[in-house]
Amino acid sequence: MAPFLIYVAVFLGVPLYVVIHGALTSGGHVTLANFSAIFTQSQYLIPLRNSLILSLWTSVGPAILGLAVAAAVVCGPADGLLRRIVSSACGVFAYFAGAPLAFVWVASLGTLGVITLLLESTFGYDLSRHFDISSQAGVGICYFYFQIPLMVIFITPALEGLRPEWKEAAQNLGATRLAYLRHVAAPILAPSFIAATLILYGSAFSAFATMLALNGCTNPVLPCKINLEMSNNVLTNSIPVGLALGTEMIMIVAVVMLVYWLVSRRAGRWVR
Amino acid sequence: MTTPSTTPAQAVGPGAGPHVPPTPHDAATAHGAPPSQAATARGAAPSRGATAAPPSTPAAATAVEFRGVERRFGTVAALRGLDMEIRPGELVALLGPSGCGKTTALRLLAGFDRPDAGVITVGGRDVTGVPAHRRDMGMVFQAYSLFPNLDARANVAFGLRMRRVRRAQRLERAQQLLELVGLPQAGDRYPHQLSGGQQQRVAIARALAIEPKVLLLDEPLSALDARVRLQLRAEIRSIQRRLQITTLFVTHDQSEALSLADRVGVMHDGRLEQLDTPEAVYRHPATEFVAEFVGAMNRLPGRLSEAAEVVVLGQRLPVIAADGMAPGTVVDALLRPEALRVSADAAGAGEIVERTFLGSCVRLRVLLDGGQEVQVEAPGHSADLPVGARVGIEIAAERVPVVSPSARP
Amino acid sequence: MSAVASAVSERADTRRAKPPARAARRARPRPWRAVVLGLAAIFYLVPILCSIKFSLIDQQGRYGIQNYTAIIHNGTLRGALVLSLEIAAIAAVVVVGLIFPTTVLVRLKLPRLTILMEGLTILPLVVPPIVLAAGLLQLKETAPLWVVNDFFNHPLTALTPIYVVLAMPLVYRAIDTGLRAIDLHTLVDASRSLGASWPATLWRVVAPNVQTAVLGGMFLTIAMVLGEVVIANLIDQSNLTFPLEMIQFASQDNAPGVSVALTLTALVFTFMLLFALTFLARGRGASRAGVI
Repeated sequence: MAPFLIYVAVFLGVPLYVVIHGALTSGGHVTLANFSAIFTQSQYLIPLRNSLILSLWTSVGPAILGLAVAAAVVCGPADGLLRRIVSSACGVFAYFAGAPLAFVWVASLGTLGVITLLLESTFGYDLSRHFDISSQAGVGICYFYFQIPLMVIFITPALEGLRPEWKEAAQNLGATRLAYLRHVAAPILAPSFIAATLILYGSAFSAFATMLALNGCTNPVLPCKINLEMSNNVLTNSIPVGLALGTEMIMIVAVVMLVYWLVSRRAGRWVR
Repeated sequence: MTTPSTTPAQAVGPGAGPHVPPTPHDAATAHGAPPSQAATARGAAPSRGATAAPPSTPAAATAVEFRGVERRFGTVAALRGLDMEIRPGELVALLGPSGCGKTTALRLLAGFDRPDAGVITVGGRDVTGVPAHRRDMGMVFQAYSLFPNLDARANVAFGLRMRRVRRAQRLERAQQLLELVGLPQAGDRYPHQLSGGQQQRVAIARALAIEPKVLLLDEPLSALDARVRLQLRAEIRSIQRRLQITTLFVTHDQSEALSLADRVGVMHDGRLEQLDTPEAVYRHPATEFVAEFVGAMNRLPGRLSEAAEVVVLGQRLPVIAADGMAPGTVVDALLRPEALRVSADAAGAGEIVERTFLGSCVRLRVLLDGGQEVQVEAPGHSADLPVGARVGIEIAAERVPVVSPSARP
Repeated sequence: MSAVASAVSERADTRRAKPPARAARRARPRPWRAVVLGLAAIFYLVPILCSIKFSLIDQQGRYGIQNYTAIIHNGTLRGALVLSLEIAAIAAVVVVGLIFPTTVLVRLKLPRLTILMEGLTILPLVVPPIVLAAGLLQLKETAPLWVVNDFFNHPLTALTPIYVVLAMPLVYRAIDTGLRAIDLHTLVDASRSLGASWPATLWRVVAPNVQTAVLGGMFLTIAMVLGEVVIANLIDQSNLTFPLEMIQFASQDNAPGVSVALTLTALVFTFMLLFALTFLARGRGASRAGVI
């Protein structure tokens, strides 16, 4: 236990601490100047808003879809072919975010993408007029690609925790499948579902490379801004601001994790 | 338990006498009755269960029948042509080793599975095609069946909720049932706060809340510890008797089956070997399997003689059913330990090799000169039969069942 | 798996037999399942197929596998690949070495810490890598020189520890899934009662029974390392890791197909590895391999 905790503390904790520390100091003494900057100037507030909104729909959407996929898979046998395929696929795609994903996306739906060209030649339909891969929406849909597998991974244990006895008992007592889902399955799954969605939110919130690769951060989210500030060598004060932005992200993530913890406790009470 | 609407009298099985022979199914009976009913059809007028405390008047009970029911899973035949009848108000225990098909039969009756062939009728009505949630039966599972997100009272009231009983009424009824099973204070507790025995009581209450026509129990006591098991066993029996609900009880525990049931159905390899009162199953086993499965049984080599008698251990005894075996055939005689008597005899045919004191009786393992071992039950105070003593054996049975010798040496 | 390990796990299997498991019942094929899975399949396969087509077109617009063979010919790419694989291998071993004993311990003795464990291992998913990178960059600026020289200058030592942290979420999930599928308590009790020490128990008894989960976690780590750009980009601009090299290639307009080809290769390769792994699971207890 100890080595693990130490390791996490050092390699995760220290960088985080450095960020927070750096945000709070300027020229050697504690200051909140950086924070006042990021909370007042629109160049920092807009990315914040973008981040929050983008993360919202790219977590809730995949959460629901991921639940559907996981439910469809869990029905089958545990060592069946379907399960094996989906399991391997989830493992591969969950970590797929970033540049590789961007490549695949562009190859399919970009201006010279295969689908775009196909639609053009077959139907004369110009995809780029209606759907811009480099828009927020385009990037967001791209997020679904790795968010859905993530959801499947996190919700499957909860789904498997649904005992067959509950379903049969419900049926026996007169519940249709719908009634069972409504009165028994949904309440039991709700905490786990919320917890998993929160994880997805955090994951979407911290995603960065994909957007960078797809549209170069033209409509930036917070991570983009941080990247900008951190690598900007011209303005001397940009680094602390970057760190302040980083701290802002950490705070938001901390809130997400807190809610996650509260919800998880509830889920654990019944299932374990 | 009062029923709201009138129920025409159910068809009753063939005669209700005490010595009913094992029932090969008799086609003429049991469903002459009009396909009536539905005392508690789903969605029908809401059940007003709010009567005074423990239910008193038994409803007209329902008969259950399996006719030629078959079920296969892949290449495995779980049930091969099951014919069985459960009379109204009786408790039938299905007993058998794992894989014999008893749970399959129960699940088919509950509606969780469909038979590949055959018909299942409840109260004269064919329910083979009816889905589980409309069958109006109460089931108690082995374990873990309470809904973890609802407290005990809400669990018990669940079936009533599905039948759209008003909230106040169903909670009141739930409380009555909790009192019936001896848990009046547990209503607000959640399943994970209850012990195994308490959970099963709540499960029973939940199954009874909907006033089912048939009560199904799938090894409900197997996951409990011994003391709780015995306690709950007696309570289940008393509730069942009081409410006169037709009940099917599945178990692999012999003592449970023999002590609880009106009739015991012994199953083996997908077939019902014998369906009879516990005494009949024990004393007059119909097949070799039943003889050896229920209770302990000795097999002693013998030879059929002319007059439908068998000679075993030097004694000549009448035979129960020689089944067409010719005189002179070598057979195995089936004898219970309590049917053998031993007495100290220096020139006797056997020697005691093991002695187990069981309080009221003593189990002796006797090695016969021929190399055979038999188990004998002797009264507890047989102090003069220590290990190593030479004894003579006498058979104290009136008639002896015989079977072909088994392949075992 | 050693004879002892399999014997012990068999014993554990029989003890787990109560309450008896229901015979596997084929779920009645329901239409919604097919619809959901079909849509998911389309959503995932179509872009992949497009990428395949894309990757087969070279600069002149003709079909060919030049994009795929580029990696063999191009020295920089090769070097970057080797570097990334080295990092990946070390990270994989370290992450499993950290997570596996800890997870076993938590499941056995400290079940209350499970949520803490889960929370900690989820952090790397939700903490923006960019923030981590920012912190590291700061560290690099302000740390004493010897630290910078020893650690930060070479990507191997700079990146590997961080990648270990980033790999934790999925590795933990994989190992947790694997441990859930076996009866850990019984196995460990049996092994200890036969006289094995803790390390021996972990190594000889528990690990073989979850070997597929462990291997799966390792493969996932490798996949992740081969795709991680954010931190690599910020930390070290000189020795490029494989994914960074790929981006370089992509930005050179002459060969966009190469990047796609490489991506696909990595994807398919990892998928095949994981898929094959699911068949290596032995025994009833370890019949599940992979993250779900």
